[in-house]
Amino acid sequence: MRYLPHTSEDIAAMLKIVGADNLDDLFSMIPEDCRRTGKLDLPESMTEWELNDFMGELSDSMAVSPEYKVFMGAGSYEHYIPASASYLLGRSEFVTSYTPYQPEMSQGTLQAIYEYQTLVARLLGMEVANASLYDGATALAEALLMAVRVTRRNKVAVSSLIHPLYRRVVQTYFEPSGYEIVELPYLENGKTDLSKLNGMDDLAAVAVQSPNFFGCIEDLKKIGEMIHEKKTLFVTSFTEPLAYGLLKNPGSQGADIACGEGQSFGIPRSFGGPALGMFASKMKYVRSMPGRLIGKTKDLDGKNGFVLTLATREQHIRREKATSNICTNNSLCALAAAIYMASVGGTGMRELARLNYDKSEYLKSELKKAGFKISFDSPTFNEFVVEFPAGFENTYKRLLEKKIVAGLPLAPYYPEFSNHYLLCATETVAKDDMDTLVREVKL
Amino acid sequence: MKESLGTTGLILNEPLLWGKGKKGRRAFSLPRRDVETFLLNEDLTGEGPDFPDLSEVDVVRHYTRLSTWNFGVDTGMYPLGSCTMKYNPKTNERQASLPGLAGAHPLLPGSLSQGTLRMMFELERYLSEITGMDAVSLQPAAGAHGEFTGMLLIYAYHKSKGERRSKIIVPDTAHGTNPASATLCGYQSIPVKSNEEGILSPEAVAKVMDEDTAGIMVTNPNTLGLFEENIKEIAEIVHSKGGQVYCDGANMNAVMGIVHMGEIGIDVLHLNLHKTFSTPHGGGGPGCGPVCVRKHLEPFLPVPRVIEENGIYSLSEDIPESIGRLHAFYGNFGVMIKAYSYILSMGANLKKASQLAVLNANYIKEKLKDVFHLPYDRPCMHECVFSDKIQEANKVTTLDMVKRLMDYGFHPPTIYFPLVVHGAIMIEPTETESKEDIDLFIEALKAIALEAKENPDLLHDAPSRCKVKRLDETTAARKPCLAG
Repeated sequence: MRYLPHTSEDIAAMLKIVGADNLDDLFSMIPEDCRRTGKLDLPESMTEWELNDFMGELSDSMAVSPEYKVFMGAGSYEHYIPASASYLLGRSEFVTSYTPYQPEMSQGTLQAIYEYQTLVARLLGMEVANASLYDGATALAEALLMAVRVTRRNKVAVSSLIHPLYRRVVQTYFEPSGYEIVELPYLENGKTDLSKLNGMDDLAAVAVQSPNFFGCIEDLKKIGEMIHEKKTLFVTSFTEPLAYGLLKNPGSQGADIACGEGQSFGIPRSFGGPALGMFASKMKYVRSMPGRLIGKTKDLDGKNGFVLTLATREQHIRREKATSNICTNNSLCALAAAIYMASVGGTGMRELARLNYDKSEYLKSELKKAGFKISFDSPTFNEFVVEFPAGFENTYKRLLEKKIVAGLPLAPYYPEFSNHYLLCATETVAKDDMDTLVREVKL
Repeated sequence: MKESLGTTGLILNEPLLWGKGKKGRRAFSLPRRDVETFLLNEDLTGEGPDFPDLSEVDVVRHYTRLSTWNFGVDTGMYPLGSCTMKYNPKTNERQASLPGLAGAHPLLPGSLSQGTLRMMFELERYLSEITGMDAVSLQPAAGAHGEFTGMLLIYAYHKSKGERRSKIIVPDTAHGTNPASATLCGYQSIPVKSNEEGILSPEAVAKVMDEDTAGIMVTNPNTLGLFEENIKEIAEIVHSKGGQVYCDGANMNAVMGIVHMGEIGIDVLHLNLHKTFSTPHGGGGPGCGPVCVRKHLEPFLPVPRVIEENGIYSLSEDIPESIGRLHAFYGNFGVMIKAYSYILSMGANLKKASQLAVLNANYIKEKLKDVFHLPYDRPCMHECVFSDKIQEANKVTTLDMVKRLMDYGFHPPTIYFPLVVHGAIMIEPTETESKEDIDLFIEALKAIALEAKENPDLLHDAPSRCKVKRLDETTAARKPCLAG
């Protein structure tokens, strides 16, 4: 086996030093009744040729662009990844290193993640960002737990227009704690209904996603003002960070914690993971923050360098009193996002975001012209909900055969919205493909 | 010794990202605009992010230079104890970047995602065969996430019996994440000490196990690199009071094909695909921390679950007692592909990998036990733990010695862990290190032990050949500068 370098002479020489007769003897301390009797029942090992063929078949069975036109976002977006970004991300000094516990030998990862923290803080308009969490859903769950720690209150309000799967992750995280989750309904315009908040003075946090699951842009500022007088923390969530290339960022709208999914920034969709939990807050809450943080410091000669810091919050020092149990985060995905943000740049980010906005507006306007109802009249970014005529499932199926995925049916997530579909168009979708979609759904 | 790996070369300086570039540059090719500009209410728009504008060459040089300040498994031996820094096969990276897998949308209809679903279904089966457990969920995104999932499963199990227990037993040889994961689930950690042989005694467990204790979290092999020989008896004690046995499987690399976890009384176990199954650690993730359970805990596994009927794979949410979801989608699928490719490439060689991992660790232990204090002098599994007790006389600490190891061209082992050994040096070579590389590592450590006697200041000042010298971590924490 090519990954195992030992020759039989090596093994014999080493066994001699160890004082064992054979490899099985090395396990003599394991009691007989703890040993496995049979052999491992696994397929015969594959050569690299066989593996390539086999994995190629699995890959070919999937519906992906450019063969398929997938008008589906809902927390996983197609954006172009520059060749230079993928190439840099493959540098094995980055890929094959561990968490940077030994800073002198890990300055590459440390500086890159310090830069990532800075770029994310700037993007979101926040004071401090951590080194990443697993994904947007777990970032939201951690944000709400953090709000509970900061405020010492045990009830949170969560908008029903936060990604439904994120809300389910929050439920899982909250279940054993007994903390209460209040769900905020939505209005006819596709934004969160805040009326339930009146009279709720004991909330640890209010969480709202913008752009929300329907693609609609929420009035974040108003929400922040409404809850801050009650000393409730304002948590904003997102699934599409590119939106802040164009829209006002959460920090400027009063967010105390801004968190969400960073997959859009240079990370392939990869069937939903690995993704990137972006997480940022006000500096005054930093000691309650979950996850790793990289800080700038000096070495013995006064040269700048970077280290993991504020570890006294963390599990390996604080054990059961830690702010979170997180250890491995999604560092390489954070690096991908940093390279992507650096590649697109400030000027480019705005232009790219604008193009994304215009693409989805084009699709929206063409569908409207074709006589379909756009379900909510609020401004949207990248995706929006459209109501198709009853019985559209059949059209949807017919389109699948034509290699077009006409968005995500909303009914499994919001049963009241049968025949409503969430459609997405990013910069990767050509006008011709949108025209084809509109033509086909009309048939 | 032979010529040391460590040397000084040209180390290039590189400013912070925003110290480079000029307004108007770009390293990104925007697609040609084929739609008009639409109106957008200006009240909604912001300034756009304050990012530097860089050319493609700026970006490529920046990250290439940064990468040269890093050390990875591909650079050299990385014997970080409990982290299983084995070689990360390149073919796995290739498979994970196949367009159909890397480009797959997670919410595609099942009929269009048979390839990804099949892979997940089979990986679950392989992991259950390797561990000897009955069912698997691949959803947890990392080891600590798997631990949390395991705790939730135990919580749900007790709840299904109408019970709510408040405590969990955590030995002093457990990973630091264990008590933190237990706390997230509302359990109070009850510490138990390992005995003079470095393992848990059934008596110590029996003393604290009661009907308000949900179970025990053991790491087996434990963080001293020792097999918990009393595990069966301990499991019986815990089970007799209605508790569950959780095993942190971070050290599974020692026992693949050798121990059947299901038969030794483990109820739930998590694996780290980024340790045992060769997926790269990426400078701190992404990982993947599947949980493996015995039959009675299967009804509580996270949703969705991958099921197969007549050769057709689908995702099922219809698991009424499930603890729910732990990830927006299905976990770190891209990591799963790499582990799956590894298992397919290795087949039954996985047992050989464990055997050689244990051989390498014992070889290092034997070769170095006269040079460094070995607190538990008995056959170890995949890692061995020394201390700085001998070198203390020369005022040289574990930290000094491992920093000096960098100058010799090796990544340091895990240090000051486990906490039960004062000044611990925890070495896990893994099976992918050859005898020559290990011999060089041993020679380097012997040379350092000699330097500790003859020229301790060389160690106090180490490292001297890296990009930076020792860093001021105290000021970093006292006056945090977390963004530029």
